[in-house]
Parts: sequence; structure tokens; C-alpha cells
Amino acid sequence: MLFTILFGFLSTLLLVPLGHKIKSKWSMVLPLIPASLFLYYLAYVPAVAAGSTFSQMIDWVPSLGVNFDFRLDGLSLLFCLLITGIGTGIFFYARTYLKGHPYYDRFFGYLLLFMSAMLGLVLSDNLLLLFVFWELTSISSFFLIGFNNEQEDSRKSALTALTITGMGGFFLVAGLILIANIAGTYQISGLIYSRDAIIQHELYPLALGLLFIGAFTKSAQFPFHFWLPGAMKAPTPVSAYLHSATMVKAGIYLLARFFPIMGGTDYWSYPLMIVGGFTMVYAAVHALFRMDMKAILAYTTIAALGVLVFLLGLGSKDAIVAASVFILVHALYKATLFLVTGIVDHETGSRDISRLSGLRKVLFPVALAAGIAALSSAGLPFTFGFIGKDLIYEATLHTEGNWPLILTAVALLTNICLLAGGFMAGIKPFFGPLPQAYEKLHLPPLSMWLTPLILAVLCLLFGILPGITGDFLSKATANAIFGAETHMHLKIWHGFNTVLLLSAITLVVGTLLYLINKPSENKLNAVARWNKLSPQYLINRFTDGVFKGSTLYTNSIHNGYLRSYHLKIILFAEALLIYKLWLSGPIQINWDQLTPLTIYEVAVVIILLGALLIVILTPSRLTSVVSMSVIGYCICLMFVFYSAPDLAMTQFTIDTLTTVLFVLVLYKLPSFLSLASPKQKFRDMIVALGFGTILSIIALKVLYEPVSKDTSNFYGENAYLLAKGKNVVNVILADFRGIDTMFETVVLSIAAVGVYSLLKLRLKSSEKE
Amino acid sequence: MRSIILQTATRYLLPILLLFSFFLLLRGHYSPGGGFVGGLVASIAFVLHSFANGTEATMKILGRKPLSLIPVGLGLAALSMVMPTFFGLPPMTGLWFEEKIPVIGSIGSALFFDLGVYLVVVGVVLTILFTISLTKD
Repeated sequence: MLFTILFGFLSTLLLVPLGHKIKSKWSMVLPLIPASLFLYYLAYVPAVAAGSTFSQMIDWVPSLGVNFDFRLDGLSLLFCLLITGIGTGIFFYARTYLKGHPYYDRFFGYLLLFMSAMLGLVLSDNLLLLFVFWELTSISSFFLIGFNNEQEDSRKSALTALTITGMGGFFLVAGLILIANIAGTYQISGLIYSRDAIIQHELYPLALGLLFIGAFTKSAQFPFHFWLPGAMKAPTPVSAYLHSATMVKAGIYLLARFFPIMGGTDYWSYPLMIVGGFTMVYAAVHALFRMDMKAILAYTTIAALGVLVFLLGLGSKDAIVAASVFILVHALYKATLFLVTGIVDHETGSRDISRLSGLRKVLFPVALAAGIAALSSAGLPFTFGFIGKDLIYEATLHTEGNWPLILTAVALLTNICLLAGGFMAGIKPFFGPLPQAYEKLHLPPLSMWLTPLILAVLCLLFGILPGITGDFLSKATANAIFGAETHMHLKIWHGFNTVLLLSAITLVVGTLLYLINKPSENKLNAVARWNKLSPQYLINRFTDGVFKGSTLYTNSIHNGYLRSYHLKIILFAEALLIYKLWLSGPIQINWDQLTPLTIYEVAVVIILLGALLIVILTPSRLTSVVSMSVIGYCICLMFVFYSAPDLAMTQFTIDTLTTVLFVLVLYKLPSFLSLASPKQKFRDMIVALGFGTILSIIALKVLYEPVSKDTSNFYGENAYLLAKGKNVVNVILADFRGIDTMFETVVLSIAAVGVYSLLKLRLKSSEKE
Repeated sequence: MRSIILQTATRYLLPILLLFSFFLLLRGHYSPGGGFVGGLVASIAFVLHSFANGTEATMKILGRKPLSLIPVGLGLAALSMVMPTFFGLPPMTGLWFEEKIPVIGSIGSALFFDLGVYLVVVGVVLTILFTISLTKD
């Protein structure tokens, strides 16, 4: 299994040197990559349908519990087949769709990267590995959504999607680590044995909440749904791939994967039912107001994801089977509709359903595919959607307690709107009279309409003969989610019962709604008025606030003036030191213990004070620099008096060189300018005096602190024994703490290279001008 | 700005100061001194020479860009650091020649480490100062 994931990643890498080849004649190779993986996973179907699972374990960082553990069961196999199967279609379609695009090879690189990440995600059997792939899907989808990177909208949508899903990933990893700590293992298939421990743990609600936020952001649940309509800025094949079978289903996959481990409790059910239920109604109603085919599809996708979350929240046997079937139902018809939209857009240059009509006359196979997909989305008998919808009603009707009525009503409302939305996108553009402008359209090449047609035919085939997929979905997949045997068969005909009645109501009312509802600019604007309450608006406000805040912060703290940085650093140090001094209690100074002053010290201090006065008062820079070096020399003399010859020597030479450096730099600067006002000078004086005072107090205090001399004694005793040196300071520098010295020299070298390159590079660029 | 006295003096001061810096380097293990101070003194010698005769003249004496001293010094220090691992000892273990050399005393890996530091310091100081002084604006 690892090799299937690596296969995609390696192909991505191969596209870097071979990219120009696939632009021309080699492009047929591309769909073969997902196709071969699809066939590989297809071969697993009989075994998995019979109830086996396959595992592969490779150690990565065993000490941290992070391993390449992969596991193939009914759930992951369904997703693998969707990812590679629909992926094959998308690759085949995009070959033609993007023909001649300058970044053709890059597009397929991103797409392969994304596909491999998705495969990794659904196959991982390790919590942290799952997270790694989860983030990889976020990142690679960022590149896909922002593929048209010269458009500002596109960049913005990509960033929104990345921010929302990335934030979700952050919550998710916290949740996963919590779960792993409670259960004591990172292996997902091992978590099931700790189910009771996890559910009864006091942190269970928290872990669950974090997990939910991860899933909701990825699967575009309210209030995180808004990144999905924005992501429609991506090229249509990307939308079709991301929003039918892969990216947004990752959240559903996560919930399904954790259902047997954490599901079935009130903490699990209510949030999912409320969020899923609200999302599906909200998005389904919203879809009715859209005029852009892609926007309609985006909102119906959110609604469909809501349905899935809702079903997983219900958690009954019926609901799980319904969810398993609906994943495939939705993937098939939604991919078809997206691809059809792509063709219509490609041929007519418009996606506005109020302008498009009658296209069946010029694009017949496309219209056929769209029609079947729309009917499947509507749930007409003999389409796969019919079975899916039946199962949903069955699940809501058979809920225990007082809920069935309300839940069924919610599902009914959603399905009616979804039906109307599906018709709007799949039927409306193809019926009615053909406008004159479109009369000269021709059918695009076979390679473009073949994929949607095949997918549409599958919608029909699986609907007429549910046995083909039924057993696999209702047994292998549903068992993997449910954690126990489900024993269900998919049937077309259930007899005359409530479910059939509900289906009929859905069809009639939905069709009526479709006929009555005429989306228009006015309606769209009427909806737009509520935007101020939408989560998108609020989050945009929030990000604007963050931008403003960080600008304010940068301007006040990082303003680029060295003097301002110095002031802030010193003030901060003063605050810390005062706090620490205040904590450590009163200061006693025992004057008797201080050594008496000698004449040398007095002389040096007098020179020092004189030099200090000159530094402050002189109007000349050069004088002040020289006086500064006098101060430095005075301090060196102090070191000499108190027997620190090494220090004194170094300080002398450093002082000399610093003065030279100063003079060299001063030479390049404009003549003296008085930049500081008297007020600023006064402020600086206070800060400087404060710092001096604090340091003096500390120096006095240090004298009375008990000092541990272990370290210095060790160095003193062992310098000669271990390192054959008598100068302890040097032995420490060159031997005991040699690694420190090594890195200090590296830092010095970096500084020199920095100065050198800064000045030399500046010279080069000025020479060019 | 050229002073005959300074020019004449530096002609003799440069070798003496360099000798002194080397002396500081060698004695560092036993008495005050060491690679860092030695390097600084050597740089001062060159800086003094450049003041008297101009930076170009000093560069001519050096024969190469001071920047090239940095990798040599870093390499020497790093080599003396990892050398013990070739003898199966942990890095930074002091290795010593058994025979003492007259005047200098015993020679060990610490001396080569110090020599590396010395070269890096000379390289860094001269690179910074000469780059700035040679920059025309």
C-alpha cells in the first residue's frame, strides 16, 4: 500500500524534469497513473467484500509512536476507489480541458500530489501519519485552488481555504494526541479496544470537540462552509475532483473512521445532527438563489456533506448504510455535473443559468450525462440516487424516540431543495430554445465528454442493478464504519410504504419548486443583504482586525530605528530586573567588607567621569567616539587592578578596534545632526541612569549572595590534570567549553560574511545603474 | 593624511606585533593570552599598517582577501575538534604529542583549535574593516 502512495509522489517528482514532454505527445501517460492504481485497488474488492482487511507496517519513528502503518478495510477501499477511479476520469478530462496551458505540467504535478496525499489519508492506520497526510491535502489543495494565480480572487480563495482547513488541522492534531494519550496507542485499529476507556474519560468531550472542528472545517460544515464556494475559483476539473470525491469527503472519512471508536454517545450524536442538519438545510436553500452553475453545485455539495454528517450523527444501522451508499451516489453525480459545467463553460464562456438554454441541440452527449446526473441527484427511480435517498428516509424514519418526524421533515426539505438545485445545474442549461449566439457551437472532443458520460452511465447502472455495488457498500463499508455486522441488502423496490410516499413528495414538490423558482440578480442581492450576519463576513472582519493589529504592532515595536530597538530592549531588561530585585527582598550593604579605595582607582574613576561628560556634551561625533574609548580603557584598567589579565587584554584590543570601526563608519556618514529633541534626551537620560543604578544595586547584592563555587573549583583543579594547561580561562575556552567557542567563531564568520556581502552586493547593483 | 613617521614605524611594528600576537597565541595555555587576543592583536597590526600606508598596500602584503582566512580557520578548528573521533575518542578530547618542543612546550589539539580561532578572528576583523574602508559611496 505504501508503494501506491509513493507512486504518486514519485510521479510528481518525475514531472519536474519530464514536464515539457507531457505537454505534447506524452500526456496520455498521465491518466494511466491513477488508472493503474484504480485497477490495483479493484483487485482487492472481492477479498475485502468477504470481510478481510489488509495491513502493512513499516517503522518510522517507533519511539514516538509514529509509524507507516497502513490498513485497507471496506471504508478505506471505497475511498481509494473513489480517489483513483474518479481521479482517472479527471486526469483524462483535464488533459483536454487544459490543453495549451503554460503550466500544464505543474497542474498535473499538484493533482498527483493531492491524489497521493488523499490516498495516504484514507489508508493511514496511525493517528500522526493520518494528520501528516491530512495537512498534505490542505497544502496541495491550496495550490490547486489558487492555480490561476494571476487572479486576485483565486489567490484569496486559496488562502481562505488553506486558513480554514489549516486551522481545522491544528484542532485535529490536538484532538488526535488527546485520544492517543487516553488510549495509550497511536494505532487507529488498536483504538477500538480502548473504546470504553475513551468514552468514559473526562476529557472525551474535549477530544471529540477538537476532532469535530477538524472534520467540520475540511468538510465545509456551518460555520466553516464558506471556503468551499470560494474554492470554485479553481479550474473546473479541480472543483470536480476536490468537491465530489476527495478533499471535502476527508472530514466525512474522519468521522466515519472514528465512529466505532468514539461514536454512538450523546456527545457524538447531537453536535453532528445539529450541525449537519443545519448545514444541509442552510446550504440547500442557498443553492436555489444562485445563478452560476458552479455556485449552485458548490452549495448543493455543502448540503450533501451536511447530509452525510447528519447521518453519521444519527448513527443507527440504517443511517450508516445510508451514509456509505450516499458517499458513492454523491461522488458520481456531483463529479458528472461539475465536469458538464466545465464543458459548458469551456464552450460557451458562461456559467450563468439565466442565459444558458437549449444546449442539448449542440452538446447532446453532454446534455445526456447532465440529465442522468441531475435525475440521480433528484433520486428518480432506476437511478443510484433513488436508492441513496430511500435509505436516508429510512434512516430518519426509524430513529428511536420523538425525533423521526422532525428529522424526516428536515431531510425532506433538504432533498426537495437539492432536487431543484440539481435540475437548475443539470437540466436548465440544456432545455428550452437555443439562443442564436450558441448555434455555431460544436461538440468538444470525445476525451472531454467521455468522462462525464461514463460517470452518468454508472449512476444509472448502479441504480438499476444495485447488486453490483450494494453488497460491498452495505456490508464491507458499512461494517467498517459501524463496527458490527449490518446485514443489509440494497433493493430497488421496497413496496408501497412511507418511504416511497416521501420520495414521491420530494419529486413532485422539488420539480414544482424548480419550475417556479427563477433565480435572478434581484434575489441574489436580496440574499446578499444578510451577508453581514454570515460567518464569512465575521471571519473576514476578524482577519482584517488581525492585519490592522499586526501593522500597529510592527509600526510601534519594529520601526527599524536602532535607537528605538535599544530603548525598548533596555526598558524591558530594566522592568525584568526591577521585578526580580523586588521579589528577592531588601538589599543590605556591609560597607566594612568592601576593600578600601586606592589612589589608582580614584584616578581612573576621575578620568572616566571626565570622559563621560565629554561624550554627553561634545557636539562632535569624533570626540565622543574617542571619549567612549577612553571610558573603555578605564574599565580595562579596573580589570587589571582586580587581576583579570585575560579579560583586560581582550578588552583593550576590542576597544581599539571598535574605535577604528566607529571612525571608519563615521567617515561615511553625513556631518553631525542633532536628531534628538531635549525631551527625548531627558527620557534617554532617565533610562540610562535607571539602568546604571539597577546594575550597581545588583553588583552590590551579588557580594552578599551565597555563591556556589563548585564549577570554578572544578575548572581550577582539573585544568592542568585533564587539559595540561595552567591558564584556566584559556583552557575553558579552548578545551572544556570548546564547542561553545567553535560556534562563537562560526557566528563571527557569519557576521563578517554578512557585512562583506551587504556592502559588495550594494556596490554591484549601483554599478549596474 | 600620510605621515612619514607612522609609515616608517609600521614597517617595523607590523612584524613585531605579528610576532607578539603569535607569542600570545602560543603561551595562551599557560599564561594570559590565547587565540582570540592573539588574533585581535594581529588584526590591530594590519589595521595600523593600513592607516599608515592605505588599505590597498595592506591588502598587497596579505596577498589575498582576508575573507579567505575565515574558512581556513574554521576548518582548522573543526578538524581539531573532530580529530579525536578518528582515534575512537569522543570529539574535543585533548590529544598531545609526547615529545616537548623547546620554547613552545607541549603541542596538543587545543593549540590547533586556538590557531583556528586566531585565523577566524583576523579574517573577520579585517574583512569587516577593510570592506567598509574600501567602500566608495
